[in-house]
Amino acid sequence: MTRISITVDGVRYDDDVEPRTLLVHHLREQLGKIGTVVGCDTSNCGACTVLLSGHAVKSCSVLAVQADGQDVLTIEGLSGPDRGLHPVQQAFHQRHALQCGFCTPGMIMTAVDLLSENPDPSDAEIREGLEGNLCRCTGYQNIVSAVRDAATALRGGTVPLPEEEPELAIDAEEPDPQRAQAAAAAIAEKVSP
Amino acid sequence: MTIAPDRPAAEVGTARRRKEDARLITGRTLWTENVTLPGMLHIAILRSPFAHARITRVDVEPALREPGVVAAFSGRDVADVQGSLPCAWPVTEDIVLPDRPAVAVDEVRFAGEPVAVVVARSRAAAVDALAAVDVDYEPLPVVLDLEAALAEGAPLVHADKGTNKTYTWVFDSAQAGTGGAVEAALADAEVVIRRRYRQQRLVPAFMEPRSVVVDPTGDQVTVWTSTQIPHILRFLLAAVTGTPEHKIRVIAPDVGGGFGGKLAFTPEEMIAFLAAKRVGKPVKYTESRTDSIASAHHGRDMIQDIELAARRDGTVLGLKVNLLANMGAYLGLVGPGVPLLGAFMYNAIYKFPAYRFECSGVFTNTTLTDAYRGAGRPEATYAIERIMDELAVELGLDPIEVRRRNWIGHEEFPFTTVCGLSYDSGDYAAATDRAKELFGYDDLRREQAERRERGDPVQLGIGVSTYTEMCGLAPSRVLGSLRFGAGGWESAAIRMLPTGKVEVVTGTSPHGQGHETAWSQIVADQLGVAFEDIEVLHGDTRSAYKGLDTYGSRSLAVGGIALVNACQKVVEKARPVAAHMLECDVEDLEWSGGQFRVRGVPEGGRSLADCALAVFAAHDLPDGMEPNLDADAVYDPVNFSFPHGTHLCAAEVDTETGRVTLRGYVAVDDVGRVVNPLIVEGQVHGGVVQGISQALFEEAVYDGDGNLLSSTFADYTLPSAADLPDLVTDRTETPAPGHPLGTKGVGEAGTIAATPAVVNAIVDALRPRGVNDIQMPCTPERVWRAAHSQGGAS
Repeated sequence: MTRISITVDGVRYDDDVEPRTLLVHHLREQLGKIGTVVGCDTSNCGACTVLLSGHAVKSCSVLAVQADGQDVLTIEGLSGPDRGLHPVQQAFHQRHALQCGFCTPGMIMTAVDLLSENPDPSDAEIREGLEGNLCRCTGYQNIVSAVRDAATALRGGTVPLPEEEPELAIDAEEPDPQRAQAAAAAIAEKVSP
Repeated sequence: MTIAPDRPAAEVGTARRRKEDARLITGRTLWTENVTLPGMLHIAILRSPFAHARITRVDVEPALREPGVVAAFSGRDVADVQGSLPCAWPVTEDIVLPDRPAVAVDEVRFAGEPVAVVVARSRAAAVDALAAVDVDYEPLPVVLDLEAALAEGAPLVHADKGTNKTYTWVFDSAQAGTGGAVEAALADAEVVIRRRYRQQRLVPAFMEPRSVVVDPTGDQVTVWTSTQIPHILRFLLAAVTGTPEHKIRVIAPDVGGGFGGKLAFTPEEMIAFLAAKRVGKPVKYTESRTDSIASAHHGRDMIQDIELAARRDGTVLGLKVNLLANMGAYLGLVGPGVPLLGAFMYNAIYKFPAYRFECSGVFTNTTLTDAYRGAGRPEATYAIERIMDELAVELGLDPIEVRRRNWIGHEEFPFTTVCGLSYDSGDYAAATDRAKELFGYDDLRREQAERRERGDPVQLGIGVSTYTEMCGLAPSRVLGSLRFGAGGWESAAIRMLPTGKVEVVTGTSPHGQGHETAWSQIVADQLGVAFEDIEVLHGDTRSAYKGLDTYGSRSLAVGGIALVNACQKVVEKARPVAAHMLECDVEDLEWSGGQFRVRGVPEGGRSLADCALAVFAAHDLPDGMEPNLDADAVYDPVNFSFPHGTHLCAAEVDTETGRVTLRGYVAVDDVGRVVNPLIVEGQVHGGVVQGISQALFEEAVYDGDGNLLSSTFADYTLPSAADLPDLVTDRTETPAPGHPLGTKGVGEAGTIAATPAVVNAIVDALRPRGVNDIQMPCTPERVWRAAHSQGGAS
C-alpha cells in the first residue's frame, strides 16, 4: 500500500492505495466519486475523463499514485449549489447534446479542457478535440453545437437560444416554399466545396 | 379521441429541454454499476478461450483458497438449477432449439462463453482468483462461415441436434394470397437483377457496459440491471429459476444505451441471481468492455441473395429473397425472429406484385446474434435500396426515378402490401422532393458529371435511400401468429397526488430516449398540469409493475396511446367531483384548458389539482363515490406504424487512396406527429450515424479459430466526432391515423436509411470504373481495391 494525497473537487483525501490501483477506481471505489464512469478497458472511450491539474486525462490510464499531490476535478465538482451549472453543462442541456448520458461526464470534461486551450475553436477543431471521447447515441452533431455555444458563453458572448425546433417541422400537405428556399440555400453553402 | 379538447397543445410539439439531463450532466446518475449495498460481494467470470471445446475438467477449489474469495462454481455445480436461457421467438414449429446454459457445463461453443464464476469481497480479488481456476479443454473443430456450416459433413455446433440449421422460414405472396408468384414474375421479366449482399456482423456497443446487482436479502429478491426489458426479465427469471414472480423485483435504473443490445436475458443476470442465492449476500457483476464485445449479443451477420424482376420501364414485377442468418452458437431471446422483422420490409415503399422470402437460421461457433437497432429492417432496406440502384443503372434511369415508378402514391394509402401489411399513411414524394431540394440534387449531379468528365481522382458519388419501417411493436395477435412468446401491448398509469402533482407510471423502459420529458409533455397537455409538476416513473417493477418495455420504436407509438387513455380516464373520474364542487350537473360541465367550468361561465373553474385535493380529503364528495382519481390503461395496437423518409448522401471517393469523405448528408424523415422535435432530431442524428458507421467503419471479425479479433474499441472502430459530417435533417409530417397523438416512432429510422445511402454513394462514385458493389464496411483498402480491380466488385 502507498500513501497518497489527492485533492478532488476541492476536498483533500489521504488514502492508502494498492500501487496498481487506477485513478478511476480510486475515485469511484474509495472516494465515492461515481459521477466518473468506466466505459472500456483500453482507454479508447474517454468516459472516465477528469481534469488532473487542469488537464483532461483518461482516469483509467493514470495510476492513483501518479495523481499524488495533484488536483483532480470531476464532473461532480464542475458545478455546485453556489455556482450553478458550468457553461459547458448548460450548453449540453440546451443543445440536447446527450441521450443516455453515459459518455457525458467525460465528454464535458474534455470539452472544458479543449476550451481552456482554444477558447474559439472551429467546428473542425471541436471535432478533432473530442476525438478521444466516444458517444454512441448522439452522432456528435449536437455535442459540437454545445461546445461551440459554451465557447461563446465562456468568452463572455451571448449564446443565442437554439432555434425552437417546431419551426423545422413542415406539413407534407402544405410546404412552405420560402422557408424551403432559405434552408436549401443554407445547405447549398455547406455542401459546396 | 383528440388531444385535450379545446385546449391548444401547449407542450406537445415543443422542443422542451430534457428533464433527464439534470442528473446526467452533473454526475448524479444511478447506473447499475453505481449501486453499492452493505456486505456486497463481487463476481468475476472465467470465459472460454476456445470457440468450440469439450470441458473435460473444471476445478474451482484452488480459487476458493485465494484471498477474499467467498464462493466459486462451475457450470456443473449449477447444472441442476440454472436451467436454460430462453428463446422467446421460436419462429417455426420444428425449430432446432438447443439448451443455453448460463455457465457452460460440458462444452463451450463460442469464445467468451462463461465457464466458471468466482465471488469475492472485491472486484480485484474476484478477478485475481480467476487465474486459480483450473480448466481442461479438449478443442473441437469450429465452424464459422454460414455456407460452410450448412455443407455436408460440417462440424456441428450442437452435435446432438444433427444439423447447424435451426429453422427455415418462408413467406410466399402467392401462398399467402397477398400477391403473385415470384417464379412467374422472374420468367416474365424483361430484366432480372441478381445480387448477393453481405451484412457484416456488428456490435451494438452501448456505452454503458452491462452491469447487474442482485440482493437476495429482502422479502423480494431485488435485481438491478442494465436492461431494456425489466418487466420481461422479471417474468423470465421467475419462469427459469422457479422463484415466484411476486418474489422478484427488477429495477432498470439509469441505463446507458441499448440499441437492442440490452434486449436480452443474459447469462450474467442468471449468474448473478444464482450467486446471490448461493452466498445469501448482495452481489455485483459489471462486464469489462472486452468481455462485453466478446459475449454480449451481436447484430446483423447475414448473406442476402436477391433477385429482382422488372420491366424495361422500371416497373418491378417481383422480388425473391434468400437469406442465411447467422444465429451464432445459441438462440437469443428474439434472435430467430430478427430476420422476420425484415421479411415484411423487403418490398419497402414499393408496390411489388409478387414476393418470396426464405430464411434459414444457422448455428456457428460465434457469439450469438440478436436485436440490434432496426433488427432485420436495416438489412432488408439495405438490400432493396442497393438493388434498386442496380436496376436504375441497368435501365439508364435516375435512381430516384426508378423508385418513383414503383412507390406507393400518397393517395393510395392505406395500402396493403405484398406482405399483407396495411401501411397506414405516408407521402414518399413529399419527403423525397424535400430531400432533393435540401441536398441540391441536380447541382450535385451536374458536378458529378463534370468530375467524371475531367477524370478527377476524387470522384463524387450520390447515394439515394428511401425507406419505411414497421414500428410500434406490435399488435399482440400478429406477434402470436408469428410465434412470438409475448404480446405487444403497453401500459400507463396516472397517480394524482393530493397537492395536484402527478406521478406517471409507464411500462416502457427508456435508456436514453427521454421518456421522462416526452411523457411529461403529453400528460401536461392532457391534464392541464405543469410540465414541472409531473414525475415519470419507470423501470422498477415495484412502481411500474406492468409493461413490455422499450425496443422496436414502440414506446411512444404504443405506450403513448396507453398514456393518453389513462389521462382521459382521470379526467372522467374527476368530472363528477368538479360538478359537485361547482354545484352543477355533470352534463353542464366543460373541460378545457385544464379547467372544469360550468358551460358558458368562464370564471370559477376547478382544476384537476382542486379535484385531487377534494378527493384526498374526501370530506365532501358525491354520494357513494370512490375517493380516487387514479387510472391506468393498457393499449394493444391494431396495426404497426410506418414512418418513412428519404436520405441522400454525397460521398467523395479518392480513387488513389480509397478514402471516403462524406460531403453532405440530408435526412428527411416522416415520423408522424412529433412530441418533442429536439428528441426526434437527436434520434435521427444518432440513428443515421450508426447507419453510416455500418457502411464505413464497423465489423466484428473472427479469425479462423473463432477468436474475436475486434474485441476492444481499439479494434472495433466506432467513429469519433472527427470521422463524421454535419447532417442536415428535416421532416415532413403525415400523422399516423387512428393514433390520438399521430406519432409513429423514430428510434430506428436513421439506422435503417443511412447504410444504403452511404454505400450507394460510394458505388455511384466508382460506377464509371465498373464497380457495382463494395463489401461493408467500405474501408479505404476495400474501396481502393474495388476502384482498381477489373470489373469492379471487391
